[in-house]
Amino acid sequence: MQKILTRHFNQSDSHRLDFYLRDKGYEGARKALTQMTPAQVIDEIKKSNLRGLGGAGFATGTKWSFIPQSNPKPKYLVINADEGEPGTFKDKYILEQDPHALLEGIIVTCFAIGSHKAYVYIRGEYLKSIERVHGAIEEAKQKGFLGKGIMGTSFDLEIIVHQGAGAYICGEETALLESLEGKKGFPRLKPPFPAVVGLFGCPTVINNVETVSCVPPIILNGAEWYAKLGCERNGGNRIFCVSGHVKKPGIYELPLGTMLREIIYEHAGGIRDGHQLKAVVPGGISASILTANEIDVKMDFDSLKAVGSMAGSGGIIVMDETTCMVWAAMIAARFFAHESCGQCSPCREGSGWVYRNVKRIYHGEGRKHDVANLPGIVGNIGGNTICAFGDAVTMSVGSYVQKFRSEFEYHVSQGKCDLLLNLQESAR
Amino acid sequence: MPKLTIDGKEIEVPAGTTVIQAAEKLGINIPWYCYHPALPVAGNCRICMVEIEKQPKLQIACYTPVANGMVVKTNSPKTLEARKSVLEFLLVNHPVDCPVCDQAGECKLQDYYMEHGQYNSRLVDVKIKKHKKAFSIGPTVMLDQERCILCTRCVRFSDKITKTNEFGVFNRGDHSELDLVPGKQLDNKYSGNVVDICPVGALTDKDFRFKCRVWYLGQTKSVCPGCSMGCNIEIHWDKSRPRTQKVERAMRLKPRLNPEVNQYWICDEGRYNYHFIDDHRVLYAQRKDELMALDKAIDLIAQTIQPLKDSGKSDRIGVIASAQLTNEDLFIIRKFFKDTLKVSQIDYRVPQPTGDSDDFLIKADKNPNTAGAQTIIQPNGTDSQSIIQKAKQGELDVLYVFGHDLVKLFGKETVEQISTKVKLFVWQGSNINETGSYAHVVLPAAVYAEKDGTFTNCQQRVQRIWPAFLPLGEAKADWEIVALLSEKLGNPFSYRGADAIFKDIAQSVGAFSEMTYEKIVDQGMVLKK
Repeated sequence: MQKILTRHFNQSDSHRLDFYLRDKGYEGARKALTQMTPAQVIDEIKKSNLRGLGGAGFATGTKWSFIPQSNPKPKYLVINADEGEPGTFKDKYILEQDPHALLEGIIVTCFAIGSHKAYVYIRGEYLKSIERVHGAIEEAKQKGFLGKGIMGTSFDLEIIVHQGAGAYICGEETALLESLEGKKGFPRLKPPFPAVVGLFGCPTVINNVETVSCVPPIILNGAEWYAKLGCERNGGNRIFCVSGHVKKPGIYELPLGTMLREIIYEHAGGIRDGHQLKAVVPGGISASILTANEIDVKMDFDSLKAVGSMAGSGGIIVMDETTCMVWAAMIAARFFAHESCGQCSPCREGSGWVYRNVKRIYHGEGRKHDVANLPGIVGNIGGNTICAFGDAVTMSVGSYVQKFRSEFEYHVSQGKCDLLLNLQESAR
Repeated sequence: MPKLTIDGKEIEVPAGTTVIQAAEKLGINIPWYCYHPALPVAGNCRICMVEIEKQPKLQIACYTPVANGMVVKTNSPKTLEARKSVLEFLLVNHPVDCPVCDQAGECKLQDYYMEHGQYNSRLVDVKIKKHKKAFSIGPTVMLDQERCILCTRCVRFSDKITKTNEFGVFNRGDHSELDLVPGKQLDNKYSGNVVDICPVGALTDKDFRFKCRVWYLGQTKSVCPGCSMGCNIEIHWDKSRPRTQKVERAMRLKPRLNPEVNQYWICDEGRYNYHFIDDHRVLYAQRKDELMALDKAIDLIAQTIQPLKDSGKSDRIGVIASAQLTNEDLFIIRKFFKDTLKVSQIDYRVPQPTGDSDDFLIKADKNPNTAGAQTIIQPNGTDSQSIIQKAKQGELDVLYVFGHDLVKLFGKETVEQISTKVKLFVWQGSNINETGSYAHVVLPAAVYAEKDGTFTNCQQRVQRIWPAFLPLGEAKADWEIVALLSEKLGNPFSYRGADAIFKDIAQSVGAFSEMTYEKIVDQGMVLKK
């Protein structure tokens, strides 16, 4: 299996420019800048079926093509490196171990969309990532890969690193833009979409670190090669972050469309000793949870959507039979309640209410109607909010109640957690 | 222009119109909290969500532009369910302290709950405790964070309208709180407007708090008399209390929409300038310290003027009218003094210090009807200062002053001298001032809130005021008192009300031609050049 994104990982000095240059470093950028037109680059990316690996899975080439070239305003590329989705830790590795892959991707992307300034918005806690990206930018500048007249062409590009301040919502692309503009991280009303009115009111593309890092190999090796790596309409590989009750948690670069069962049992070594799989979150905490019976699913954007979950950020959280699902739901609900930005009413008030409700059930203080009420309350949030955060609350917490309802009911009726029940359920 | 259907009704509206605006034109009310036509759209309350055909999700009507062929349902089960759920969410951490809340009765949370909510409460959890309850945030307004639904209307008002940026929403999620920006106070000239735009009881008016339950309030349309802008207002008065001078009748003033004048706003100076309606009123006619019936006082004045009229000595009479009076008052003053008595020494202008002003609503000229007074009185040659001089030197027998406090304007000595030099010094006004104590006869005039009539603002716009109350005591509209005097002197007027006078004004004063009360209604009409 061909590694692309992780091919440099775990080698000493993989973050240094001379290391990167030894493996055709910046050749993709050179090819794009010297042999291709922006339209050809966009076309190539479209053909590669590269999709947004931050979570939404939007076709990357299509996104780029939305930038109105007739607009006289400057265009911006913003890299979303505010990796905050629980269960996700892939961008961190790219930023730390292969920052030049990102920078090269930025050069190609900016060339394609006609941008001369790119911002990298890095999660505040990722101190090492920030340091590595800064270092890589300095190296690239010295080599003439950034700045004025890149690689002898007339193309100019400046990259600015911005450190986030610790809000999950700033990973939402328009909240990120607000934050970058110096405002409170509140998602914007859409439309207009950032491609038309983005950063500082200018046309803007916002891409995830992993997505952009895929761009140089596509340019070098061709769209067909990349598309073939993945499955239908889901080109290439992605990095799956496996955490939880598996023998070998970690990151695994695998083609899109790899079976979830294969990831858990082959790549991650299976469930920890003597235990059985109970449930798995396939795409970061916002995705609907899957039961042990639902893991025969291809890990690509379309297949996971078809089973009512989502590929999201590729964060796979595995839970065995010792996990109380009410507790797991409470942890998820607590996260959402803590991170809701508070802008619009259903999410602001609903996320906290849901958390308090689940918490009460978990602690054996639930009332008869609480479990019956929960799906309704949770359902009133999703689809009614400014951004997708509300949908995440509904999808995530809602799925625990839907799929493990008997556990919730047991908590209410018995006033305690019963893992014996859990064992029976997972055996069924 | 795009054509769309809302609840089965078709409408054609200009491109760029939002669904909520189009619905309003059809008389369909879509509920709102954060939406305000004069503020940027925030889209955060979510209560205006409506179902739009071919759209998978509900859309917020305040932000969604109309499109040709769009089919909107504001009453579908899906829409109503969403409204209900938004109300439920808004009440999750709301204290529901309506019994002690000043907003009760005009609270959108209450109103929409009665209309759309009425569910059984599913809330048992402890509410999030916010920090500030009944907290003073400036000279005029109190803040209650618990009641706030974080619609950010006040934030947007202070950012976009006054550009004073006092408010912000702090913290995150359900711990979000509306508060002042550190180091700031809500202390601008338009601060009271945040109370009006607050859809709930989070921002309340110190001046009005706990004075009167709003369901006891009557509303009368009027125009602010505080300056020449003539902002459109409503006088809110207490219906429950007897109309005597013992208690305040006027409870508060609220802005009334006039897109051409004040839009949705009024300044604080105007807003809180209403206590004079009930306080320190001149209730009865008076000769020196002796109260007397109004007709007796009129007799007294007539006795002094009659010989001057008979002998044609109109140059022994001086009149100082006022730009505080209505066009109707001024027209009768002109008819009586100028046309009947042939008095030429008449003016309405007095040397007043220049008032506070800005580039929004506050004008330096603190009179509501300067344009009207100029058009109707048309003082020629003489001004009030020369009239005062003449009175001081004993060159006048009668000085008739409307409302002005001459002591403040010309000094005590001058007024004392006038009092001794002229035979009859008449002061007609609504509120007690020092000049009254020097006048030989004091006549009780009604305040604007007791009058029917019109003011002409600095844009030359003629605007209607309506009486909220009957005049206190024996007070009468200024024109009525002058008409009584005129009748006593053998020249009765046949006007039965201000509307009849206005008809006459429209016929005899060119600038007012073709105007009627029916035509000027709420929004006013501009004087002809």
